[in-house]
Amino acid sequence: MSRTFTPKVITANALLEGDAIWFTEDDTWTRNIAEAELITDEAHGDLRLLEAKADQGIVVGVYLAEAKPTDKGPAPTHFREAFRTRGPSNYAHGKQEV
Amino acid sequence: MYVYNDFDEGFVRERVAQFRAQVERRIDGSLTEDEFKPFRLMNGLYLQLHAYMLRVAVPYGTLNSAQMTQLAHLADTYDKGYGHFTTRQNIQYNWPELRDVPDMLSDLADVGMHAIQTSGNTIRNVTADHFAGAAKDEVEDPRPIAELLRQWSTDHPEFQGLPRKFKIAVTGCEADRAVIRAHDIGIQVVRNKAGEIGYKVIVGGGLGRTPMIGKVLNDFVSKADLLPYCEAIVSVYNLLGRRDNKYKARIKITLHENGIEKIQDLVNARFEQIQPVFAGVDPQCLAEIEHAFAPPLFKTASTDGYEAARLANPAFRSWTDTNLADHRADDYAIVSISIKKQGATPGDATSEQMRVMADLAAKYGHDELRISHEQNVILPHVHKSDLHAIYTALRDVDLATANIGLISDIIACPGMDYCALATARSIPVAQEIATRFDELKLEHEIGALKIKISGCINACGHHHVGHIGILGLDRAGVENYQITLGGDGTETTTIGERAGPGFGADEIVPAIERLVLGYLDLRMCKEETFLHAYRRLGAAPFKDILYPEKAQKNAA
Ligand code: HEM
Ligand code: SF4
Repeated sequence: MSRTFTPKVITANALLEGDAIWFTEDDTWTRNIAEAELITDEAHGDLRLLEAKADQGIVVGVYLAEAKPTDKGPAPTHFREAFRTRGPSNYAHGKQEV
Repeated sequence: MYVYNDFDEGFVRERVAQFRAQVERRIDGSLTEDEFKPFRLMNGLYLQLHAYMLRVAVPYGTLNSAQMTQLAHLADTYDKGYGHFTTRQNIQYNWPELRDVPDMLSDLADVGMHAIQTSGNTIRNVTADHFAGAAKDEVEDPRPIAELLRQWSTDHPEFQGLPRKFKIAVTGCEADRAVIRAHDIGIQVVRNKAGEIGYKVIVGGGLGRTPMIGKVLNDFVSKADLLPYCEAIVSVYNLLGRRDNKYKARIKITLHENGIEKIQDLVNARFEQIQPVFAGVDPQCLAEIEHAFAPPLFKTASTDGYEAARLANPAFRSWTDTNLADHRADDYAIVSISIKKQGATPGDATSEQMRVMADLAAKYGHDELRISHEQNVILPHVHKSDLHAIYTALRDVDLATANIGLISDIIACPGMDYCALATARSIPVAQEIATRFDELKLEHEIGALKIKISGCINACGHHHVGHIGILGLDRAGVENYQITLGGDGTETTTIGERAGPGFGADEIVPAIERLVLGYLDLRMCKEETFLHAYRRLGAAPFKDILYPEKAQKNAA
């Protein structure tokens, strides 16, 4: 029996700035999770992960993270991933700064 | 203060140059991340949730004003205008960009600082009592041997790939302000019956997933033997320590699995072998180091103005009551500067605050500053006649909070706000507790109370040794906080006991409030601290306060 595959996005940190980034359908990286490719199929996810990892000249630490579809595009489901879309809670630093 | 000699200077410069080349090769694609990662970690560069983080060592917690000013310069030039002081007497910069890091390291080298061995399975920054060299109750300043240990352990060829990280802490007094019993090696300067100075050596303490209190390996190691003795310990551990399981790799587990007698035998045997041929201790070298740590020339002046200011200004009086400690010199005091104004992030200091503290140290403090493992900054040598001027200058930059050792003087690790390993946030919990008790105006009434918060089981926030410890966990995708009670990080080290089920993020601050208000009802008098009351009464009444429904059910 196959487990049900829950939707995911591919994420990493930018090599130079270190901030959180997500992999898009056109093989680019975005700083906005809503523009990421939402992966709903396990085999496709494995393949895309390999492709994303090939970009290691510009990214660090590629992994699959749980996400859910919304009207605006993919959104995080876990609070850790939600923090990565915003920044820390003690200062308005990181992505929430702009 | 110790100043780099040519060897130190050359070594650090060379490491900066090497790292600069490694960063360039990573950026131009010649190095993969797998190849680069060990190099960046060797130089204190981590990757966190939102950015890189550079961890800079403050050896044995000691800084001069030029170094503190340089830390401020780094915060302004390469970061967002602040730095975070940690329980390991390091400073962490949370927002550096990869390209800038070699310049940061180069700027640090200009003032004799570096980030070497602040990561990896090496001997880490040696930490020390933050009152070292100033404390009234001290046998001898432990920093010369801390410096000796630093020189011995830095780039030690045999100890670059230990089974796991290795942490050493030193203190010169019986009163333990360096948590030496929660380190891989804890060293206490002692005097034997013959009046000679030597060291009590404790091994196998540690927090993290399996907290353990260190055991005495040797009651008295002579000054000349200390380095070869430590070398013997680390080399026994290097062979015996488990490499198959990272959770069982620290020396505390090696000790636990093998027993203290076996470790003693092995260390003694190894010591016999290496002591006669040990090349590491040159008495001349130690003498030079000791000279570098010679106490400053203390001044004499009238303290009438100080006493008058205390009488005239209640806020100043409260600050002197809370933030000063006894100094060994007449009419001097040790000043603890709280960088934890209620609601601020524990351990964070802005560049402006760093500069003010540096200037105060230069003007009034014999040019010395310390970073405490409790995430505050110390001016170790201040004449009482200068206290009011210091207080006034500190007040202008929000640094005059009178809360040292009180409920808002909380240790908190970065937690999920920064740390990639975290399971929950810790900073907001600290901020809310401090703010809440400030609103209640109960802080001084409650008295001595240490709350320590970690954002995961690694225990960087020392929660196990907090009178009240808080551990942030992830329970099915939601933050959940577990409380431990009765921990103690001093010479009577105790690991706190888990109180019961955890609390949600919106329940944890009310739970702490309930607990502390409940303590006020339980204590016999104002002098009975939370910890004393806990020891007298045991956990039961405190658990009843934390879990009232359960208490009611039991009573029914
Ligand atoms: C990126 C940030 C950090 C990482 C990746 C990290 C990682 C870890 C890990 C994995 C452990 C457990 C080690 C073991 O039990 O074998 C640990 C322990 C510890 N860390 Fe951190 N830590 C970080 C930040 C900090 C900070 C900010 C502090 C100081 C506030 C700190 C101080 C400590 C202390 C005191 C311990 C427990 C003592 C012990 O080693 O047994 N760490 N850390
Ligand atoms: S205790 Fe956990 S969350 Fe806190 S700094 Fe250490 S590793 Fe990070």
